[in-house]
Amino acid sequence: MQLNMNLNGEAVTVEVAPEQLLVELLRDDLGLTGTHIGCDTSQCGACNVLLDGEPVKACTLLAVQVEGRALTTIEGLAQGGALHPMQAAFRACHGLQCGFCTPGMVMAGIGIVARHGHDLDEATIVHGLEGNLCRCTGYRNIIKAVAEGARAMAGD
Amino acid sequence: MRPFSYHRPTDLAQAAALLESGDDVAALAGGHTLLPAIKSRLRAPDGLVDLSAIPGLAGIREDGDRLLVGAMTRHADVATSPQVAAHCRALARLAGGIGDPQVRNRGTLGGSIANNDPAADYPAAVLGLAATVHTSQRRIEADDFFQGMFTTALEPGELVTAVAFPRPLAAGYGRFAHPASRYALVGVFVARFAAGVRVAVTGAGAGVFRWMAAENCLSGSFDLGSVAGLVPDEADMNGDIHASAPYRAHLCSVMLGRALADCAASS
Repeated sequence: MQLNMNLNGEAVTVEVAPEQLLVELLRDDLGLTGTHIGCDTSQCGACNVLLDGEPVKACTLLAVQVEGRALTTIEGLAQGGALHPMQAAFRACHGLQCGFCTPGMVMAGIGIVARHGHDLDEATIVHGLEGNLCRCTGYRNIIKAVAEGARAMAGD
Repeated sequence: MRPFSYHRPTDLAQAAALLESGDDVAALAGGHTLLPAIKSRLRAPDGLVDLSAIPGLAGIREDGDRLLVGAMTRHADVATSPQVAAHCRALARLAGGIGDPQVRNRGTLGGSIANNDPAADYPAAVLGLAATVHTSQRRIEADDFFQGMFTTALEPGELVTAVAFPRPLAAGYGRFAHPASRYALVGVFVARFAAGVRVAVTGAGAGVFRWMAAENCLSGSFDLGSVAGLVPDEADMNGDIHASAPYRAHLCSVMLGRALADCAASS
């Protein structure tokens, strides 16, 4: 089937099979390997991407389901070589250890800001990260990073 | 995944025809139960009928004294809707506790109740609130809609289009979430109406059910004291690696108390 979407700001048309998962299309066909596959069972959030600006799990969408929609992957966040404020906050706060969960955490963080604004308390962040697992147990700094990233996004 | 055909009809008649065009053609709403089931080979449909392009299935509006929530309305939209909060805050809070934010950005009301997972949250609200399920063919009262584990009154090709929720005098939900899946180990929804109190329990049994003994007590006196010591029959409870039947029975009592506290907090 033919799939038309806006991917990281560019119109893209690709051929996909009906049973192809979005994460498979991104990683295997389009080479966008920043979107990770962790659990592959809709729980860990490593595959989070932004669909029309909202985080969703790319392992639990068929590629064909994003027909006509706008998709942003971790590769599409930085603008002109400058990290997105949420990415910069994860770097500044050392919001990662191995980094595997980080792309999904960044996307979830952006979603939390979209829903709750720029001044986030810890409980809001923790509840908002319920669908993201970090197996290095680096949550303390991840929470700090989302709070800092949220503040920085106010200055966008 | 095993190959299947994919269809994206633009009206209900097309969708119904497609659903009946093969032995195992499944309706795809948010896909957050169906796609994991296909991936884990619990389901192997020949075709999927994506309902996302059918106009009019998503949205929230008042219909007389009821609130009509479209079948394709996402959990995130119910959770954040001022209309839902004004009509029944417990319903908004229940929707906001399903899965996680990413799941709530995809999962839908219609998908949840048509699947009728015995541990899903929405069936408890739909049954507890005595809601009416609107389908492509008829209207079905919640008491008739849910028919046990993964079973509903829906006929082949029949699709949920909306759910009409009456406005309760008070309502509350208490849930003990499985720590990994966030599904309800036990969830108890209490709704008080002028005609009496309804108590719906999810997660505990083979499917959502009304806890009649609790309803009778609470209809007499709507307070925690009236249900003190009340425990459902262990024989009706699920027992598995996550929780034994006696533990689930105990959780029903505790979650009933929390639901009553939630009623008090939201009224």
